[in-house]
Amino acid sequence: MSTPEERAVLVERGGLGAPEEERRAIRVARRERFALLLRSKTFLAGITIFGVWAFCAVFGELVAPYDPLGGDLAAEIGNRLQAPSLSHPFGTDELGRDVLSRVIGGARDILTIAPLAALLGTALGTVLGLVAGYFRGAADDLIMRPVDAFLAIPPVILGLVVLTALGASQWWLIVVIGVLFAPIIGRTVRAAVLAERELEYVQAARLRNERAPYIMFAEILPNVYAPILVEFTVRLGYAVFTAATLSFLGFGVQPPSPDWGLQIKDTYISINAGYWWPTLFPALAIASLVISVNLITDGLSRVLGR
Amino acid sequence: MSLAAPALELDDLHVAYTVRGVDRAVLRGVTLAIAAGESYGLVGESGCGKSTAAFALMRYLPRNGKITGGSIRIAGEELMGLSADGVRRLRATQVSMVYQDPGAALNPSMRVGDQVAEVFAVAGTSGGDARERSREMLARVQISDPDRVLRRYPHQLSGGMQQRVVIAMALASDPTLLILDEPTTGLDATVEAEVLDLVANLRAELGTSVLFISHNLAVIRKMCERVGVLYAGRLVEEGPAEAVFGDPRHPYTVGLLRCIPRGGLRKDEHRLDTIPGFLPQLGEVPGGCVFADRCGLVREVCREHEPPLYPVGPGRTSRCHFHAEAQSLPRTAAPQADAAFREPDGVPVVRAENVAKTFRHEGHDVRAVDALSVAVRAGETLGLVGESGSGKTTFARVLLGLTPPDDGSVIELDGRLLADRITKRDPEEVRALQIVFQNPDSALNRRFTVRRIIGRALTKLLGTRGAERDTRVRALADAVRLDAALLHSRPGQLSGGLKQRVAIARAFAGEPRLVVCDEPTSALDVSVQAAILNLLADLQRDRGVTYLFISHDLGVVRYLSDRIAVLYLGRLLELGPAEAVFEPPHHPYTEALLSAVPTLEGEERPRIRLAGEIPGHSEPPSGCVFHPRCPRKLGEVCELEEPPLAEVTPGRFLRCHIPLEDLRRLQAQLPQGKTTS
Amino acid sequence: MIIFAAAQILPGDVGRAILGPFADQRAVDQLNEELGTNRSVVVQYADWIGGILRGDLGDSYAFRRPVEDLVWPALQNSAKLALLAFVIVVPVAILGGVVAALGEGRFRDRVISIGGLSATAIPEFVWAVFLIIVFALWLDVLPVSAQAPDGAGVLTQARYLLLPALALVFVLFGYIARMARAGTIEALDADYARTAYLKGLPRRTVLRRHVLRNSLLPTIAVVATQVGYLFGGLVVIELIFNYHGIGELLYRAVQRQDFPLIQSTVLLIGIVYLLATLAADILYSLLNPRIRLAHEE
Repeated sequence: MSTPEERAVLVERGGLGAPEEERRAIRVARRERFALLLRSKTFLAGITIFGVWAFCAVFGELVAPYDPLGGDLAAEIGNRLQAPSLSHPFGTDELGRDVLSRVIGGARDILTIAPLAALLGTALGTVLGLVAGYFRGAADDLIMRPVDAFLAIPPVILGLVVLTALGASQWWLIVVIGVLFAPIIGRTVRAAVLAERELEYVQAARLRNERAPYIMFAEILPNVYAPILVEFTVRLGYAVFTAATLSFLGFGVQPPSPDWGLQIKDTYISINAGYWWPTLFPALAIASLVISVNLITDGLSRVLGR
Repeated sequence: MSLAAPALELDDLHVAYTVRGVDRAVLRGVTLAIAAGESYGLVGESGCGKSTAAFALMRYLPRNGKITGGSIRIAGEELMGLSADGVRRLRATQVSMVYQDPGAALNPSMRVGDQVAEVFAVAGTSGGDARERSREMLARVQISDPDRVLRRYPHQLSGGMQQRVVIAMALASDPTLLILDEPTTGLDATVEAEVLDLVANLRAELGTSVLFISHNLAVIRKMCERVGVLYAGRLVEEGPAEAVFGDPRHPYTVGLLRCIPRGGLRKDEHRLDTIPGFLPQLGEVPGGCVFADRCGLVREVCREHEPPLYPVGPGRTSRCHFHAEAQSLPRTAAPQADAAFREPDGVPVVRAENVAKTFRHEGHDVRAVDALSVAVRAGETLGLVGESGSGKTTFARVLLGLTPPDDGSVIELDGRLLADRITKRDPEEVRALQIVFQNPDSALNRRFTVRRIIGRALTKLLGTRGAERDTRVRALADAVRLDAALLHSRPGQLSGGLKQRVAIARAFAGEPRLVVCDEPTSALDVSVQAAILNLLADLQRDRGVTYLFISHDLGVVRYLSDRIAVLYLGRLLELGPAEAVFEPPHHPYTEALLSAVPTLEGEERPRIRLAGEIPGHSEPPSGCVFHPRCPRKLGEVCELEEPPLAEVTPGRFLRCHIPLEDLRRLQAQLPQGKTTS
Repeated sequence: MIIFAAAQILPGDVGRAILGPFADQRAVDQLNEELGTNRSVVVQYADWIGGILRGDLGDSYAFRRPVEDLVWPALQNSAKLALLAFVIVVPVAILGGVVAALGEGRFRDRVISIGGLSATAIPEFVWAVFLIIVFALWLDVLPVSAQAPDGAGVLTQARYLLLPALALVFVLFGYIARMARAGTIEALDADYARTAYLKGLPRRTVLRRHVLRNSLLPTIAVVATQVGYLFGGLVVIELIFNYHGIGELLYRAVQRQDFPLIQSTVLLIGIVYLLATLAADILYSLLNPRIRLAHEE
């Protein structure tokens, strides 16, 4: 990456009186950043794996060899707990359902819940962080004290308790995870805003008597987008983590959905009996999904220079 | 090693940084020698390779930097090809380095004593011996209570004290060569002067050779016997300091010296020269002379053949084909300003009366500004001078309505009372007061285009929109000499000088009555500083705007200001016409401040040494705030009674118990026992 | 409500711990400054915790026994598991982070960083599934259940606890290693490290005395705050390994809507978290002269 000074010189030398050339320099800088991202093998690996799961989530029915919900159970009762074979590469579960088809079908739930929850959390957290960081003082206390309280309890435990009260469902799961993550994202955003508001351009805006919302959202927000974007991808990973864990505990997605966490919950007991495949494959699916999200995060945060 | 061996010999040194797989040359064929006991100064603007040279000869380049050719010999020993152990031994015994920001150079979690003792431990002394020698070393750098300081952690020491400790560590190994890389940049003037005196004395005492690196030509002039001028990785001129600065033989040196406001230059008589254009891009190798693109004397041959180092006098060289003509370098600005400044008419635009600001800090009340009364007259520049903690920036923020003052403070605009906070001021009042900040990087929103930055100010302050706004943006850009093509770019794509122009355009968008300039050039190189100072002067001449100009650089303040106010610990100590403040008699603090600043002419004012450090705000001294450090203190009256701010001659105010006639007499003669050098 | 009240007096936290390794140093410094460390909080804590301890926690609906009888043994069991996990993860993760930092940008750094990140991101129960399948089923070297037979010796207990502890180790590793890495890189880039090198000190001395001393400070604080997050993992791990700890107890309480038990366990977890944070604060300020001596002179 070229330093700002370098680029300045580049623009000034070639660009004075030549806006075309100068605009090209901006485009080049942007393209370079993108190219850098695409040159990172780990980022590409992450995008590829994530892409496969996203494809499964959208077109699951077309790809899956069998009905993930089992369809006509009676006809397949003899298929129960078959080891992986050519006709069932991942084997079948205790109800005779094809594990491969269930793993493919399970992508949809998690890929609906996790991004929506992360998006909700990021949106809420960004607003919280901007307001707390910009106003400081009383507003900050008002927002950050409850945030401190939130952070004292592990999210999974809070989620467990809240979902018990609300009743387990996919939509509540999204809301609960989003709300749980908001304070954590809020902290990150607030820290970035606190540093940003000390910069003189914010004072310059105050000297024009700009309104606080303009300063927060038009002036400061564009400057803290990088940490927010990185935080979003980080939270996406944790949303997968949390949603899967809560489903595993029985407080997330409800049966008969082929959700991965739920599958593991229903099958892990029989590992002892030697039936490892109905558990292992959804576990691998979760692992590969979170790893892919983290590879994307890693690539983004390196390119965005944090 | 023989005594005759030079302390340092660089022979055709090449250093490059690898950026995206491409080697970019930073130093290209630098050859220089420093004799035993000599002090050599390396000057140049940012990006010329000064610090790279220093780190190259400590063999401590960043991972992507490498020495691509040439040789480095310290005390006759070749550094190239030295093993890691060899490099370590060299650092431990032969060469030491001191750099900017002493606070960061010391380990925050280790006691000062342990850090100094480490140097002796490397040399094989440890335990009580090392401790004893650390104590001696601190005493040597004039730390009065070494035992106490040895037990401290770095954060418990002041900046000047920290730099003394760093210098003590550097000299503890009794090195052949001491490298000082901007050792006083960022320190206050009086502290800087103390550190420089200390270095000069120690050098005389120990006979250490010194490589002194600085962007500040006057400091180099004061500290060094010989200088080398570095431009774009090339040594362009070298020779005895007095000769090079008095009779420069390279157009770059000539231009650099002309950029500096000095020797009483004033805005109404003299425009500053600038160096047009920009430094060549990192690693770009022009075929001919490195300076050709920016040189007013450039000819065909300069672009085709790189000049060698021509000998131009005893011990002097210049890398210019036309070194004999260097001083006829055409001026970039008319020496005489073309239009006259409007005579300030004496009517105050802004009047501050009894302004005070108290902060709560760790349970203490801190008086940043104390009962400050001053009027800024229409069309004038009021310079605000003082060291850190003097309250100059706080005062400016109070005027602007960014920091509400204590009760009882009065601020008036055109005779009408101004509200404390900007949010309570009406649009007319908001427009009237604007600011240009010190750091253009942080003053401009880096996500906005230049057009949007200036345009938003127009919309918000004047309510202009649409096509009219566009026309006005262009007019403002034109007024600050900013190419209209750059309106599309974002701050990140502009150099520091161009960014500061954008910030100035924004400050002028609302047709302000008073613009606060808070150290607007201290983040810039001197050649860029000159251009910005010219611009500010032009704008004032054309628009009759009033400036409140804050700076620690007395030359710059003197150039631009009509009147000057000297602040110390939130108190106004002296106020008067700019020229009068620079001539005796002045307040003892002003006297000390002026004597602390080295000049390019090399003429030494008698140095007034100030005792101790600037006291903390939490317990301001009783009586006169300056009495604990005042070299001319009368006695008890100074400790008990605060002198009033008295008008000693028309328009000239002093806060001192010493009668003006006595000050005049005292300051006319050399104060005994208080001179150095 | 009690939990809320508890958190109201959450101690001044260490900025780095809160903001995580992604935050930049400016922000962390600022946060630290704002939060400060108020010693008098210690006194408040002692009173408050004392009250809770003396007070009656009530009876469990589901188990028809005093909550205390259920909670204490469970907490002890969990503490054993957590302790084992920490004993394994802390040295390994710090070492990993430092090794990665020393080779910043090189292959070993990428492997440790990405490996650590991935390990952290995979939920505990997924790790548990992998570990059980590999070590208990395929290799058959470790027991599936974490619950050692009654009266088993320390080593036997540790053997039973190894698999669940490992699952926790994986999740904690990445976070701690990342902190250690970030802190070390920062210290390596600091001027004082340069000063130390330029004094001619050997690399080993520079690292030990100047770099690690400063870089591990924030890491230590983070380690302690991880205690809280550990409990989230304990619910899952204890359930899957059939271990009678506080997490499993909470899970059963939730399933049976046993409110006094839920309240007490969550409260207890909150307290443990607060105590851990407090311990981290005290440790941090003891090790950091800047805070320790802030009011001297």
